[in-house]
Amino acid sequence: MPMLQIKDLGKNFAGIQALKDVSLSVEPNSITAFIGPNGAGKTTLFNMITGVYPPSTGEILLEGKSLLGCKPDEISRRGIARTFQNIRLFSKMTVFENVLVGCHNQLKTNVLTAVLGLPFTKKEENIAEKEAYKLLQFVGLAESLNEEAGNLSYGNQRKLEIARALATKPRILLLDEPAAGMNPRETRELTDLILKIRDEFKLTLILIEHDMKLVMKLSEHIIVLDHGEKIAEGNSHDIQNNPKVIEAYLGTGAVAK
Amino acid sequence: MLENILRTLPQVLFDGITLGTVYAVIALGYTMVYGILKLINFAHGEIFMTGAFIGTAILLAFSSLGWIGTLPIIILVLVAMFLTAGVTGAIGVGIERIAYRPLRKAPKLIALISAIGISFLLQDLVRFTTEFANDGNFYLIGPELFKSNINVPLSKMASFLSDASFKTSFLFVLVTAVALMIILDVFVNKTKWGMAMRAVAQDRDTAALMGVNVNKTISLTFFIGSALGGATGVLFAVQYGTIDPYIGFILGLKAFTAAVLGGIGNIRGAVLGGLIIGVVEMFAAANLSTLTNHVIGAEYKDVFAFIILILVLLFKPEGLLGKALHEKV
Repeated sequence: MPMLQIKDLGKNFAGIQALKDVSLSVEPNSITAFIGPNGAGKTTLFNMITGVYPPSTGEILLEGKSLLGCKPDEISRRGIARTFQNIRLFSKMTVFENVLVGCHNQLKTNVLTAVLGLPFTKKEENIAEKEAYKLLQFVGLAESLNEEAGNLSYGNQRKLEIARALATKPRILLLDEPAAGMNPRETRELTDLILKIRDEFKLTLILIEHDMKLVMKLSEHIIVLDHGEKIAEGNSHDIQNNPKVIEAYLGTGAVAK
Repeated sequence: MLENILRTLPQVLFDGITLGTVYAVIALGYTMVYGILKLINFAHGEIFMTGAFIGTAILLAFSSLGWIGTLPIIILVLVAMFLTAGVTGAIGVGIERIAYRPLRKAPKLIALISAIGISFLLQDLVRFTTEFANDGNFYLIGPELFKSNINVPLSKMASFLSDASFKTSFLFVLVTAVALMIILDVFVNKTKWGMAMRAVAQDRDTAALMGVNVNKTISLTFFIGSALGGATGVLFAVQYGTIDPYIGFILGLKAFTAAVLGGIGNIRGAVLGGLIIGVVEMFAAANLSTLTNHVIGAEYKDVFAFIILILVLLFKPEGLLGKALHEKV
């Protein structure tokens, strides 16, 4: 069974069709890339998968079960985590605390016990702290533990977003332009990190990315969107030679007639 | 004149800090809700007042059961505070659910009007209930619990000081209020739900995407803020004896001022602001008439507190501990 299945998904924003009849499926433990020019609807797709807004038409299935009507926190609990195109860390909290927020749902303490029994929740908090520390080590930020998240370098902020997303114990991780604003060295490190995440956490990864070197190197499956529609899919070789894709990126004149 | 001011300074500080801690705990309620919803919950002063009435009613019940005098008073007051905190906490959650949540996507001004409406509703509800139960009187006099005075013979230590004295209840109020603030600080900074509250305050949508249940977190914030407000109401009633349904208004305003002074949305700022306003107010009450050669009397003390507020905000608009917002261009 596919890990994630999207059927005839569409989204209208006040008359503008941002996404139109998109169907696709993502295999477990694979790396899939969504590519396409700006405004193609890639982030809109991410936003619908994570419940930020409901689709106008169609359906999203996680391991065969519909996600329609689920709020973002429920979807997070069911195993989908994400990072953001424009970094959205809790910039005034420390690096460590950012990851701890991601651990929120791994802790059983409910509101009532939290209010009534402060000392009894301590043990669980400790487990979460260990977990968070491990994740920071994994992405290479353990030294910056107590720094304010907003003070990290751009590349490190992106890594922290990944650590925070991993803390929710996802089965699918969505990365929205993880390499944006990174220099070539940082991008290479990121490529390794993404592969390491897939193998060590047994995750399914979906990424939106404009860096084609990274996309071609990582992705087993590529889906190309343009003007809200899926125009092509396949492996990197298929995509590089697909005239529709070249046209979308470079304009009609680029395709030799 | 200066000599006179110095002489009474210890007493002013005792009184001011005690009053200040009361302001501080109420200010916490304002600042927490503002931090998470960017809403000034004007009903919070009325939550405090409701707490004072519920607590006094419980203490009067204890009194009629003959427990006061037989059981330790501190235990009885703590029990009354605990019960009251539970009830006002639940009222706070209910208010958010009914009056604010449906308006969450509306402009902030609309929710503010809703808060003012809730304020009047609570005032009248408490007044009605009290008149109904108390032979048509809308004020309530609680049982006298702490009769003894503590004298501090400062004049023996330093001849330029005069003796200070305060009721035992002052000490009780002070210790309890400080304990409440420490518990809150630990809760917000060290626990999972405290972390969730700060995350929601910073970025509600992202917090939701990280699996934080935003509605539950907001309810929790209202519960804690209102429980603290209600418990402080009980402290106030114990301290000052007579309460009426309108005590929440001016006290709420001052606590709100304290929150703004410290930097609204900042928990430690609220505590600092509360203490400053409490001390300034008591200082003004004690010395205003001496300082102005009897032109201005002690009843103008509130003006004094607000002048301080305006001065601070002129030079530091984000409040004492607030962080300045730098617009990115």
